[in-house]
Amino acid sequence: MSEMHHYTLNFGPQHPAAHGVLRLVLETEGEVIRRADPHIGLLHRATEKLAETKPYNQSIGYMDRLDYVSMMCNEHGYVLAIEKLLGVTPPIRAQYIRVMFDEVTRLLNHLLWLGAHALDIGAMAVFLYTFREREDLLDCYEAVSGARMHATYYRPGGVYRDLPSKMPQYAASAWRKEADVREMNAPRQGSLLDFLKAFCDRFPQRVDEYETLLTDNRIWKQRTVDVGVVTAERALQLGFTGPMLRGSGIAWDLRKKQPYEVYADLKFDIPIGKNGDCYDRYLVRVEEMRQSNRIILQCIDWLSKNPGPVILNDAKVAPPDRQTMKSSMEALIHHFKLFTEGYTIPAGEAYAAVEHPKGEFGVYLVSDGANKPYRLKIRAPGFSHLASLDEMSRGHMIADVVSILSSQDIVFGEIDR
Amino acid sequence: MKNLTTLKEKIIQDFCAKGYEFTCVDHDLAVLPETAAAKTLYLQFAKEELTLVLKASELIAISKALRDTEGLQFEQLLDVCGLDYLQYGSTEWLTDEASGSGFERALNPEGLVNAVFEGPRFAVVYHLLSVSLNQRLRLKVFLPAEDLRLPSVMPVWHSADWFEREAFDLFGFLFEGHPDLRRILTDYGFIGHPFRKDFPVSGYLEMRYDKASERVIYQPVSIAPRVLVPKVIREDSRYQPMEEAHV
Repeated sequence: MSEMHHYTLNFGPQHPAAHGVLRLVLETEGEVIRRADPHIGLLHRATEKLAETKPYNQSIGYMDRLDYVSMMCNEHGYVLAIEKLLGVTPPIRAQYIRVMFDEVTRLLNHLLWLGAHALDIGAMAVFLYTFREREDLLDCYEAVSGARMHATYYRPGGVYRDLPSKMPQYAASAWRKEADVREMNAPRQGSLLDFLKAFCDRFPQRVDEYETLLTDNRIWKQRTVDVGVVTAERALQLGFTGPMLRGSGIAWDLRKKQPYEVYADLKFDIPIGKNGDCYDRYLVRVEEMRQSNRIILQCIDWLSKNPGPVILNDAKVAPPDRQTMKSSMEALIHHFKLFTEGYTIPAGEAYAAVEHPKGEFGVYLVSDGANKPYRLKIRAPGFSHLASLDEMSRGHMIADVVSILSSQDIVFGEIDR
Repeated sequence: MKNLTTLKEKIIQDFCAKGYEFTCVDHDLAVLPETAAAKTLYLQFAKEELTLVLKASELIAISKALRDTEGLQFEQLLDVCGLDYLQYGSTEWLTDEASGSGFERALNPEGLVNAVFEGPRFAVVYHLLSVSLNQRLRLKVFLPAEDLRLPSVMPVWHSADWFEREAFDLFGFLFEGHPDLRRILTDYGFIGHPFRKDFPVSGYLEMRYDKASERVIYQPVSIAPRVLVPKVIREDSRYQPMEEAHV
């Protein structure tokens, strides 16, 4: 048999470690990667083009479906861009709610990432643990917006409604006994803030649990240390943002450097890595979870003391409340206009960016003065991360590609848009 | 973030020294006409954002200067975005008054009421970030529909790689010097550039499984584009300057 050295290996688009629909064409020499060519676009839905055909508010729901593991952060970028063009600022309570849910979202994202990353490398248990915590956070999503994933909760000018004073309850049924239901409902007797507070109080120990399983684990280290190293200089060249950039040792976080909403008033630290390998990126994200927890606690504290409006009282942008609509003709007209035609935004262009769990999520919005965006460009952090997969995986073994790919925290909803 | 006026002055000072001519535009859209000389730069300053509008021929030189000059140091290219100004300012809604015949009355049957956009049809927009100095800048290059060539900025910022492929795929810009200008988001064998304004949202081809031939086939789309909410431009008094609004 003649000896064969070069293989072209097709990875995905249906591979569980491809994190969605990535087709990866790997050129290998033995087991060593010589070139990785990601083929993307299998989930391309032309979100940006669809947004051009709809009034502004109708596209908020599309934003959830971009990076479908950090839903509210996507919405945040979009509504910030609209607010920038409109020149409005949401009430302070809405800003705190947004920050709180941004951090809840960051936890959701990092928990899913950690579970999936560990699963890719071969540690099954972590996934089960992280999903236990995700469940509670998704309950918060549900309580506040009615949906467990695609919340559509943020609005230009604030958020859709105030935090609920009670949590949704489980009901007894043919397959759930009364006694079990009572036990399940026990932590849900207070308000959303109480529920979240209880979560935040136990969460740091849960993070310790994950770390016990992974941080000093010999196999974990063998699979991640010195794998996919990116120097600080290269990270900038490659357009890295978020944990990818911080993993390479650059202390850059929009929440600190270009604070939006109330981040300037909150206390938290930015963890950074040293070597820029998969292990450092893991450590950075784990520490970010602890910091997010800190931020959420500060927000809970503020929100429980300071009631107030959560959306602008400007009928040209935000709908009037239902009560007023019953008696005021003006309010009824505003409601009708807002939901049929929407609002127009003065001509101009704006770029708004948020520190999304994956990096800088930017929205570039061009308006020609109409009720629909003229052009909406979404700057997805994962796009430039995946673009560098080739450079990061060259010279590594096939198994390392999986580590590198999942250390980038790839989600195709945002990359393909 | 740093004060934008400092950055603005710094840019003007640096590039004037290199022989560029500046026009500062403080409104929302600075359009660099096709006929302008190569060394003309427009500096648009609106919504607390700074946009440098330049000619394609100067793109590489200016990008390099922006990255390497002390005090500018834009190490990162965050985004490349295509723009098609074909229908800028056009509306689908004809009437300002009420009428008795419902929704259809106002929707222009021929489609958009075209406002003529004065200036080249296309633009490529670059978003830059300086991590070390904490500042942002936007670059904009206008391109006429007849000539969509411009140099690739990949030698300056490697992250341009996929962003330029995307802009090529969706708008058809030809980035000269890009080593691998393939389509990226659309299907293998896709024809056309879908984000251009004259490309219908429903596209031209649809794909389905054909039972008779037992394979997937492409056929012309069976749905017609439909307007659900017409595009309108309203003279909203809130956005007029004070004296105008109260006349």
